[in-house]
Amino acid sequence: MTDAGMLRFHVPEPEVRPGGTPDFSNVTLAAAGSVPRPAIDVDPRTIRDMAFSIIRVLNRDGEAVGPWAGLLSSEELLEGLRHMMTLRTFDARMQMAQRQGKTSFYMQHLGEEAVSCAFRKALSPGDMNFPTYRQAGLLIADGYPMVTMMNQIYSNEADPLKGRQLPIMYSSKEHGFFSISGNLATQYIQAVGWAMASAISNDSRIAAAWIGDGSTAESDFHSALVFASTYKAPVVLNVVNNQWAISTFQGIARGGSGTFAARGLGFGIPSLRVDGNDYLAVHAVAKWAAERARKNLGPTLVEYVTYRAGAHSSSDDPSAYRPKTESDAWPLGDPVVRLKNHLIRLGVWSHERHAQAEAEILDTVIAAQKEAESHGTLHAGGKPSTRDMFEGLYAEMPPHLRRQRQQAGV
Amino acid sequence: MPRRTMIEAIRDAMDVSMGLDDKVVVFGEDVGFFGGVFRCTQGLQAKYGKSRCFDAPINESGIVGSAIGMAAYGLKPCVEIQFADYMYPAYDQLTQEAARLRYRSNGDFTCPIVVRMPTGGGIFGGQTHSQSPEALFTHVSGLKTVVPSNPHDAKGLLIAAIEDPDPVIFLEPKRLYNGPFDGHHDRPVTPWSKHELGEVADGHYTVPLGKAAIRRAGSAVTVLAYGTMVYVALAAAEETGVDAEVIDLRTLLPLDLDTIVASVRKTGRCVVVHEATLTSGFGAELSALVQENCFYHLEAPVARVAGWDTPYPHAQEWDYFPGPARVGRALLETLEA
Repeated sequence: MTDAGMLRFHVPEPEVRPGGTPDFSNVTLAAAGSVPRPAIDVDPRTIRDMAFSIIRVLNRDGEAVGPWAGLLSSEELLEGLRHMMTLRTFDARMQMAQRQGKTSFYMQHLGEEAVSCAFRKALSPGDMNFPTYRQAGLLIADGYPMVTMMNQIYSNEADPLKGRQLPIMYSSKEHGFFSISGNLATQYIQAVGWAMASAISNDSRIAAAWIGDGSTAESDFHSALVFASTYKAPVVLNVVNNQWAISTFQGIARGGSGTFAARGLGFGIPSLRVDGNDYLAVHAVAKWAAERARKNLGPTLVEYVTYRAGAHSSSDDPSAYRPKTESDAWPLGDPVVRLKNHLIRLGVWSHERHAQAEAEILDTVIAAQKEAESHGTLHAGGKPSTRDMFEGLYAEMPPHLRRQRQQAGV
Repeated sequence: MPRRTMIEAIRDAMDVSMGLDDKVVVFGEDVGFFGGVFRCTQGLQAKYGKSRCFDAPINESGIVGSAIGMAAYGLKPCVEIQFADYMYPAYDQLTQEAARLRYRSNGDFTCPIVVRMPTGGGIFGGQTHSQSPEALFTHVSGLKTVVPSNPHDAKGLLIAAIEDPDPVIFLEPKRLYNGPFDGHHDRPVTPWSKHELGEVADGHYTVPLGKAAIRRAGSAVTVLAYGTMVYVALAAAEETGVDAEVIDLRTLLPLDLDTIVASVRKTGRCVVVHEATLTSGFGAELSALVQENCFYHLEAPVARVAGWDTPYPHAQEWDYFPGPARVGRALLETLEA
């Protein structure tokens, strides 16, 4: 039987829609510890299979196993757990604040906390991240003040960005966190440019580019891969595959390429896939990629396989496009629970201490929130001035803006 | 004083800037080894090395996007888009990224880049090698837009643009690269070596952004022009005998409104000329500003002469180009109004 003469249009569909039973049987998982750890100067052609496998360190019993294990001390892991718990609590409070009308918009990280929190600890001071809207763990794990983040979210009188940016579009050069655009994928090629500049300047600092699975379809993603490959830029090219681009499942952006990591193969870029809900695996792979960049071995593409357990943003309702129980069925589990279980297994943590830490963190976050709210929220209290709207577009205000500011009466 | 073509003047500006500041890097398509399709970067790679001047992939979004990252790092990239018509893939990076980085980060990151691009027609380039997209840049908050009309200004303005702390779009009228073309395409062009504005001093100097120049003083009508149209307007004034005051804007944003207003209040009449398409062109902004600021001095409606609202055609190039005959008619009509 042949279809000769009649073309058929193909539109990929996720396995399950609302009302169906979640099914991740298509997600093939390599056993923890089973993927080798090549030398950083490995010939990329010999590790092409790594773009289709998945590096994991924590096994089902909470043990750290295999060649990617053993990089972090118990103290460092406890700190990592605290960062992830802090981010989760921060998110919960800010999501609630948005619902209370204290700001216009919020985006949480639920289920993806390990990716940005662990990655940050693989970088050195001075390195620069070019994040998307879901990497606030980079700031939390670098000790950026939560009050300042909240001031930005509330667009209040203490907002370091003077109320000009959407909530969560932070910027901190000091903490290696490039200004978030809100545009998609533009930062990916900018990160490569920053890395090229570091190499041009014979510096030792590296860049990290961030993008989500959906936005890899943007042409700037491909621009970045071309430039990174051509100039062997010292950059780590991160793809956070959280399965969903708002309502669009990852298959729409991925097409027939198998994995997002595999996108790097055509550019000759070493491309790895990692369990994004495994703090130890994320950190180990990030460290490997960062070391390659710093030793003039060029870019590495890393796909973090994770799951967006929450809504895309405060404006989104996932129950309209995926089963409500899908996140429970996600086979890579929850990053906080997995690291907690590992630390308990190591004998340095307990359920009681975890519950106590949760309470402490909540207190800290609430205290920060109170302080931030003393500077105002979006619709109440102190706010940036109308004059701030005209300032800072150019280093020196041009005459036409001065005239408009006068017209506005400020 | 040495006389140079506009190409040599632009090259000299980059040479001087690269010599004075290690942070200045130059790249773009065919820009490195070969020196650019118009040869504006010839010799820079040999002189400053491949880290300072290099070839880029054919990817305008990548060229501008990577330049933004370099600027955020602390370099001062001066990149070339081979033709202004090729800038559209970079438009997102220019308008939503370069233009707003200082503002959105409240100065945490800045974007001191220069994006050079040859603009305008007159070389039988057809619809994809002839465009004048300046209004697409002046409409964007956060950019500066410069259009030089001669070698002396081109060098001084480009050095000023490279030294500027904000992103600058630098549109080079390609028909002026080798001489002050006045629209008479059937006559030989005077080379810059025979024109006083071909005089380009050695070493460092700047022409400040935001300052217009009066190319011909006159009392009957003010002509607002930039780039190639400056010489078309001068030819039209000469040929009609109209005592026009021809203002070369040089920078479209920031705009030297004071010079414009002083002139129009003196002459009482204004003709705006540009090669770009008429509708929503920069002439609309100029016309509105003249009306707002000089209404009680105007003795005639502000006239606009521009490219027709069609794509730039190939065979009909000289029917499209707003040459001295069309500008001359507008001058006479404005005087009669």
